[in-house]
Parts: sequence; structure tokens; C-alpha cells
Amino acid sequence: MTEDQLLIELNGINRIFHLGDSEVHALQDVSLSIKQGEYISVMGPSGSGKSTLLNLLGLLDQPNSGSYFLDGRDITTLSLDEQAKLRSERIGFIFQSFHLVPRLSAAANIELPLTLSGINSAERAERVAEAIVNYGLSDRANHKPNELSGGQRQRVAIARATVTQPALLLADEPTGNLDRVTGDEVVNLLEKLNKQGMTLIVVTHDQVLGARAKRQIKMVDGAIVSDISKES
Amino acid sequence: MKLFDALLFSYQAIIGTPVRAFLLIIAMSIGVAAVVLLTALGDGARRYVVDEFSSIGTNLVIVFPGRSETGGFNPANLVTSTPRDLTVEDAASLLRLPNVKRVSPILVGTTEINAAGKLREAMLVGTNADFFAVRHLNLSLGRPLSKSDLNRANAEVVLGAGIRNDIFGKENPLGKTVRVGDRKLRVIGVLEEGGRGMGMTTDDLVILPVATAQAMLNTNTLFRVLVESKSREEILKVKDRVLQAIALRHEGEEDVTVITQDAVLQTFDKILGVLTLGVAGIAAISLAVAGILIMNVMLVSVTQRTSEVGLLKALGATASIVKNLFLIEALLLSLTGALVGVGLGYLGAMLLRHLYPAFPAYPPAWAVLAGLSTALASGLIFGVMPARKAAKLDAIEALTKR
Repeated sequence: MTEDQLLIELNGINRIFHLGDSEVHALQDVSLSIKQGEYISVMGPSGSGKSTLLNLLGLLDQPNSGSYFLDGRDITTLSLDEQAKLRSERIGFIFQSFHLVPRLSAAANIELPLTLSGINSAERAERVAEAIVNYGLSDRANHKPNELSGGQRQRVAIARATVTQPALLLADEPTGNLDRVTGDEVVNLLEKLNKQGMTLIVVTHDQVLGARAKRQIKMVDGAIVSDISKES
Repeated sequence: MKLFDALLFSYQAIIGTPVRAFLLIIAMSIGVAAVVLLTALGDGARRYVVDEFSSIGTNLVIVFPGRSETGGFNPANLVTSTPRDLTVEDAASLLRLPNVKRVSPILVGTTEINAAGKLREAMLVGTNADFFAVRHLNLSLGRPLSKSDLNRANAEVVLGAGIRNDIFGKENPLGKTVRVGDRKLRVIGVLEEGGRGMGMTTDDLVILPVATAQAMLNTNTLFRVLVESKSREEILKVKDRVLQAIALRHEGEEDVTVITQDAVLQTFDKILGVLTLGVAGIAAISLAVAGILIMNVMLVSVTQRTSEVGLLKALGATASIVKNLFLIEALLLSLTGALVGVGLGYLGAMLLRHLYPAFPAYPPAWAVLAGLSTALASGLIFGVMPARKAAKLDAIEALTKR
């Protein structure tokens, strides 16, 4: 895959929620092209549709109209199971509240996406061991999430999101529940992954964090109002 | 997702909430244990009755005086049908019928036995030499009653093991004289200990010749006549011939009742079998209740684990994987409960046998299998709804719910 290969192409995406009698246009006619390996921040006030965009990109949500091509495939024509498969192979999620399974150890949490996709245990063990070393969790591998610090929890979550070697990493307020120092650590980690070729999309309120991305998208009322690429 | 990994995941989910798992397993195991234990009781009762009936002999036709009325109570019977005595001569005549192997007249009563200054009550049986063969009674000492004419009142007696112990202790009673009722009789034999039949022990019997007993009790009629057929196939024919022969001797009136041991056995077997089945059915209701409980708790845990379901979907789990995970969890819970229940049931049956050694309370295999499969089926059926609910959860909503 080359740097310039088109990973994502959105054309005229609309997403409408029905809240009682009123309709909410969470996304209005959004068109967007994202190349392999880009580092993008999506910013905007609450209710501007940035999380909806993220969910849509992550195949957790379907648009009411418009087309979404991922790796050149039209997602809207795929069945839910095919989308789930694509999600497990191509997409990694990072959440503000980590979403670790509390009863599983750090290692087992990292292993979870591999387990779900039916990879055999020998290969799983190898890849999990590698991830644990890479993310500096060696002495925490067998700890339960409630025995980890916030930064460690997010590192476990990032290890889990990336253990499948996805092309696209989606982070929803990844530093929202962390203090400044650990937040910076996590961002550095994400940027390192981006430098290794992973496409990184970060949704955030945090202006400082948003400003670090090479391409910054601002959304208001479900529409993209600015899309600036920094020269590096 | 591989089946083993799914099992492991569900297992971890179960042990992650030990109290919930414990309560569900207890609920299911009580249901299964009830099925196992109650059928053990029912089937034990069936076996007990059948054993008791079998222990009175084999291929028996039993004759007793008096017609069995099938038409309900008729006041005219009070006046007209005084049953004729069933006499020793009647019994003797039956021996001449074809395919009859042995005939044993029986007269019973209570009496006192008195020897060496010791007195106790005893059950008296007046009969003949064949009685021992018909009833499969074994002697520990001496010989059975003499083979002589039924009308000869020989002054001899065979003692039950309990009577012998009470009166003679460890002394050899053979040849000693005992007073039974108003007669002096010579002890010629002692029964083996532990004989049973019809809920009675033979330990407390005194067995004497039928003529002696008749004279002692001052009666002509017999209590029963046991007729042993030469083979199992001939029983029904023998039964008919016995009825005809007696009717012929009683001026054409069929004033005795003749039953076969087989028919009685089968009747009891059937009645108690159905009873066991009914009891099992009642116990199975508790399994359905346990199933509903599992459904209820699984629904709650789907709600509690909403964000986990969302996460699984975000990590690439299909709806069917999510459904299977919850279904497996329900199945594991009900299977564990069922196995614990079978264990508890067997333990309970064992305890029962320990407390009442005469009662063969063994859980029948069909009931154990039925209990297990009903438990699994209810786990499966009642697990489907929560699992579907989990599978249908919207990933985004599930993830944002905290």
C-alpha cells in the first residue's frame, strides 16, 4: 500500500435521527476523502455530528443516504456480518472510557479481538505477547483493569485496538479521562502508530490535541465547515 | 470465534459474578435433584412391592375363600352368599390337576408359644411340607414338616429364627418340646434368619401341620391355598382349572377367588410405574421454574453488560457471536446446575437407602436422563430470549451507555 492510496471515500452522507417527532440531521451531505496513513483530528462543539461521523466510519452505524467506500468497497451494500468482519480486520476503536472487560486480565483484553475473529491460540499468544512488550505492559499483563492506572488502561485499550493490525484507528476523546501527562503519553503513542502507517482519526474537544493533527476537520451542525491540512 | 474460546469467555463471565452463578446453579440443581430423588422414591416403592410379591414364590396361583364382587355392594349378598369353607380337602384335590406342581394350604392365626418358662406371642401358620418349597423358605437347622396326609395332626413345629432366639437363645432347640397354644409340640426345624414376604418377616413365625393348626384354632376353613404351576406358560390354564375344580366341589358355585401372582405383580408394577412418572412430571415443573429464573437473570445481565456487548460488536463480533456467547452462558449454567442436581439426587437417594435399608431407592436411568435433558432444554429455551436481546443491541447506544 502506498501513502497516496485512498482508504476512505464518503459521498453525500446523510444521517438523520428521529427523536420523538423531531428529526435531527446529525450529518448533512458530508463528503470526505481520506488517504492511507493520514492523521486527522475532528473537532467541533457537542452535537456537531463528530461522533456520528466516527461511528459511521467505524461501521457501527449506517448512513440514511450517500455512499461510503472503504478500501474501494461500497460498505452500504455489505451485510451486517460482512461489516463485522471488516471491522475486526481493518478498524481499531479507542474510547474515552477505555471499555475494558472488567473480569478479564490486561492480556485477555488485548487478546479479545483476535479471539473473536477465530485466530488459533498459538498465534494469539504470540501477538499478545508482542503487544504487551511494545506497549510497556509486561509487569501488568495479568492484572485486572481495576488494578491499572488510567494511562495503563488506555495503553491496554490501544494495544487491543491495534493487535489486529488495522488500517484505520478511530479514537473518540482518547485523553478525555486522563490527566495532562498521561494524556500526552497516549497521544505520543497514537502518533507513533500513525508514523508506522496506520491511519489515525481523533475526535476531540481538546484544541491542543486537535492542533497536533496534520489535517484538521471542523464540524458544526452535522456539516464540515473547514478542512485544513498542515504542511509538514 | 472458536467454540472453545466461546466456552472459555462464557465461563469467565459466569465466574465473574459468583453469587449470581451460585444462585442459578442452586435453583437448577434443586429442580433436577427433585426429579432424581422423587423418581428414586417412586421407583423404589415399585421395586419394593414387586420384590415383596416375588418373594412369596414363583408361578403361583393363589386361592382364597369368598367371591370377589365386581358389581358393587348388593344387600342380597348379605343373606344368600355365605361363602363355603375352603377346606383341606379342596386343597388336596387341586394336587391332582394337570400341570400343578405343588399345593400348599395355609391357615394363619396368632398364638402364644411357651417353653423353658418363657412366653411370647407368635404368628402361627398351619400348612404342609410343600410350603417350604413353594415359599422358598430355607432351614438353618433340622427338617421341614413331615410329608404326610394333610389330615394328620402331627405334633411337630418349625420355629422362626426370632422365636428360636427368644426362647432357646444359643441352645439347640431340635427335639425340645414347646407349648403352642394348648398343644405340646416337638421342635423339628428352625427357619433361616431374614426371610421376607408380603411385608412380613418370617422370623416370628411358628409353622405347624395344617391339621394341628385347625384343631388348635378350632376352624375348618383355610386362609389361602397356594398352587404352584409347573411352568410360567401354564399359569393361566392352571388358574382356570383350579376355579373349575373348586366350583365342582362346591356344588357348582364359584365361591372362591383365584388370582395369579403375575397379574398382581403386573398391576402393581403398572400402577407404581405411572405414579413414578407423575411424580417426575411434578418435579419437572420446578425445572421450568428454574429455566424462567435463568431467563430473568440473563436478561438482567444483558442489561448490566450492555457496554460489553457494544464493545464486542466494535471489536468485530457479529450478532450471532454475541447471541451464542449469551446462549452458551445460559447453557453452561443450566448444565452445571443439572449435574450438581444429579449428584445431590444420588446423594439423597443414598441417604434414603442408608436410613431405610429395605427400601431400594435407586434413581432410574430414564429419570436421570430426562432430568438432565429437561434442564438443558429449559436453559436453551429460556436462554434464547436474553441472547437475542443482546444480539440486537445497537452497538453505539450500548457503547455510550455507562
